Amino acid sequence: MDAVVVRSLSKSFGKGAARRDALKNVSLQIPAGSMTALIGPDGAGKTTLLRLLAGILMPVAEEIRVLDHPLPKGALALQGQIGYMPQRFGLYEDLTVEENLNLFADLHSIPRKMREGRFAELLTMTALGPFRKRRAGQLSGGMKQKLGLACTLIHPPQLLLLDEASVGVDPISRRELWSIIHQQVVSQNVTVLLSTAYMDEAERCDHVILLHEGEILAQGNPVQLAAPLQGHAFVLENIPTAPRNLQANIAQLPGVVDVVIQGDGLRIVMEQAGPPVLPGKLAVYGTPKAVPARLEDAFVSLLFSRSPHHSIPLPPQRDTAHDDAAVVEVKDLSRYFGAFAAVKNVSFSVRKGEIFGLLGANGAGKSTTFRMLCGLLPSSSGTLRVAGVDLRTATAAARARIGYVSQKFSLYGSLSVQQNLSFFAAAYGLEKQHKQDRMAWALEELELKDYTTMNAGSLPLGYQQRLALACALMHEPSILFLDEPTSGVDPLARREFWARVNALAEGGTTCLVTTHFMEEAEYCDHLVLMSLGEILAQGTPTEIKERVRRPDRPKPSMEDAFISLIEEHEQTSRRAS
Amino acid sequence: MRLILQRVFALCIKELLALLRDAASRAVLIGPPIIQLLVFGYAATFDLKHVPFVVYNQDEGRLSRDFIARFAGSPSFGLLRIVHNQNALEEAIDDKSALMAMDIGPNFTSDLERGRTTHVQLILDGRDSNTAGLAMGYAQSIVTTFNEAQIAEHGAIPPSTVLLDRAWFNPNLDSRWFIVPGICGILTLLVSMLTTGLSVAREREMGTFDQLLVTPMRPTEILLGKALPGFLVGTVEGSLIILVSIFWFHVPFTGSFLGLYFGLFCFLVATVGIGLMISSLAVTQQQGLLGVFLFMVPAIVLSGFATPIANMPQAVQYITLLDPLRYFLIILRGSFLEGAGPSLFWPQYWPLAVIGVVCMIVAGRLFRRRLS
Repeated sequence: MDAVVVRSLSKSFGKGAARRDALKNVSLQIPAGSMTALIGPDGAGKTTLLRLLAGILMPVAEEIRVLDHPLPKGALALQGQIGYMPQRFGLYEDLTVEENLNLFADLHSIPRKMREGRFAELLTMTALGPFRKRRAGQLSGGMKQKLGLACTLIHPPQLLLLDEASVGVDPISRRELWSIIHQQVVSQNVTVLLSTAYMDEAERCDHVILLHEGEILAQGNPVQLAAPLQGHAFVLENIPTAPRNLQANIAQLPGVVDVVIQGDGLRIVMEQAGPPVLPGKLAVYGTPKAVPARLEDAFVSLLFSRSPHHSIPLPPQRDTAHDDAAVVEVKDLSRYFGAFAAVKNVSFSVRKGEIFGLLGANGAGKSTTFRMLCGLLPSSSGTLRVAGVDLRTATAAARARIGYVSQKFSLYGSLSVQQNLSFFAAAYGLEKQHKQDRMAWALEELELKDYTTMNAGSLPLGYQQRLALACALMHEPSILFLDEPTSGVDPLARREFWARVNALAEGGTTCLVTTHFMEEAEYCDHLVLMSLGEILAQGTPTEIKERVRRPDRPKPSMEDAFISLIEEHEQTSRRAS
Repeated sequence: MRLILQRVFALCIKELLALLRDAASRAVLIGPPIIQLLVFGYAATFDLKHVPFVVYNQDEGRLSRDFIARFAGSPSFGLLRIVHNQNALEEAIDDKSALMAMDIGPNFTSDLERGRTTHVQLILDGRDSNTAGLAMGYAQSIVTTFNEAQIAEHGAIPPSTVLLDRAWFNPNLDSRWFIVPGICGILTLLVSMLTTGLSVAREREMGTFDQLLVTPMRPTEILLGKALPGFLVGTVEGSLIILVSIFWFHVPFTGSFLGLYFGLFCFLVATVGIGLMISSLAVTQQQGLLGVFLFMVPAIVLSGFATPIANMPQAVQYITLLDPLRYFLIILRGSFLEGAGPSLFWPQYWPLAVIGVVCMIVAGRLFRRRLS
């Protein structure tokens, strides 16, 4: 039996010239008890589809039946049987974990007697038991998502709709979220439909639907979807130096769809079956080896065939003579909030032109460290130098040397793209011709020209991220701070973003970045892994992975390294306290 | 210096754009002031018109009819109906259909014609003490003219002392002349506080505040950039209401615009200062809004907008000295009705300036402390 049946469903927003089709003639079926992933670029219509299926938007369709309720008529009856978790789940931040659960139990009119058992079950499942009395606003990002999921599951649903439940969540919490969801499917026979920006999550589902501009581009199980790409994927291993440069060079070769850095090698996806031919000087790197294709390859090449080449700017060769100079130096840096140590004795240094990654679980102290470096927060003890000065005490002009892209892409939502750029240019003291030049550069280079008059708030997420980057780059800073810049952004936009960051780094800009995408950690020159305010490991991605290599795990991934190092540390520190 | 000005200007432009491009905040700036202006201008009046009253007339003579006609014909009263027994009269007051009831005894005409004193009972609805008092006053003056007419008719000597009342500045004692200039003060207060009181909190909520702080802008520049839009919006809104008062509500403007606008400037220094103070304390927009209203309500009550400050307990009168609206209302009413110029307003200008400067300094301090 099918839990969801949809025949030629369309949905548009706005009127007249502003009318935009979010979904065009979509038909799909989802069998009961299965797990289905919705993937696609930003603005593809994933959220709209989920909201329609939850019965909170008016559909235009030949047929739309969810759990045998015809919509929109049966919406009310349906909503008692589904669990819907929107992107930003509406937790009440001033209520405790327990009060939140109670509230949602009240909303679903669950009798008092049954609550205790259900709560205990959910709290064990989410490991939130010890935080019962803590206010939701004080939980870390990962814990909030888990609590959101717990609230959605209070009344056991038959269909679970999850909209990017794992955005901004660290790998450990993400794994926990997944085990909860999986358990629901296996033990309760719940049907799950989720949208995600993580391809590895989609790969774990029974069925994948790829949406693009409101249409279904492809659907099937992940293996089926990746099948046409078998023979297209290759790996070039053991690159001695400068993988970024080589990556950019290979990306320019004809027939190459995708190149990403993976460990100390490159993963290449071709348009046609058959290995890439490395011309001239590139031949010294050896012959690429064929590897099995993944879902992500299918995603990238399907979208690639739709909108041909997104040009990746080739980094200019630069003078590397002064690269040993440390531009950021942190020594014994600590920060306390009351008695709580958010950052404990952290030391590291960043060289010029490096891409420096800060990894860690939610609440590990990455953002706090970033805020101290940017001069937004004073340190409790220790020294820090950014471009030779402490931005907390340095003159205002010294701040012009850094650019900062914060987690939320802090833009003025009601101002147009042009107005945002113009404001930040003026705030950084750019004048007349220089300002005009930089604005023109930003619109051109970050491909924002078609959106100049649109409000920043209504841009698709990927474009918001570009605009935020553009605003931070108006004054050509020598150091760029990127705090989770790719959170919630689809794989294609992430690739473009990293191509730009690579180009900046090659041009001599030092980039500090935090991320929850472990494959992105591989793109960094140097990494620091933080947990509970302390540094657990630092070094190149290869060095960090080396630390967790064991006979039974000869080739650990970044995610393996992350999870085992952090879990080990959390256990020892718990034992110590 | 030029760079600083440029940055402040850019921030100011950005603030105005953010206010005017967002449909919701645009509506807040335009909608409520217009609605309030109309509500206050038309609905808020102290004048009594057409007070409904009933009459139980037991007299059948000519004079009682004349007496009732004087009431019924006055613009202040409107005859609801004639009743024929005591119960009906009580009922009319009980069910609030009438505010006043008149009971004329059976010997009204005959007593008067014999030159004797006679009595008329007037019953008022005391549940609304203010209106009852006013109605009583109006009734009194009608009775006085009635008596004078009687005396003249009988050729008797009129009473020796006659009161000749003249109200200066507002000859017809039209309360709209008193209220409408006051609204100008209230609405200017409202919009300038809303513009500044929420601006920092809005950025904190959106996360753009950090973005601002990492630019080379200094805290003082940010504060200045946030204060200017408040001034601009306050001046535009204030001017608009002054124009509406003059040309729509026909309140005479007899003073000098120089005096009024210098007063408006000083007033805005004070309100923008208070707004920024609230702004630098509030973490969320909700807190900011709460702060603004926590200040607004007492500020209006204590300003003398509706109830005279002289009537308040002495201790409260001292508190009103801190209320910027108090001073601005004097300037407004002075400029509109008294024909007063700037030279008469110095006792109002300087307290406003002091309040403003102190608040700005405190806001600056709080703002910087919040950052660390």
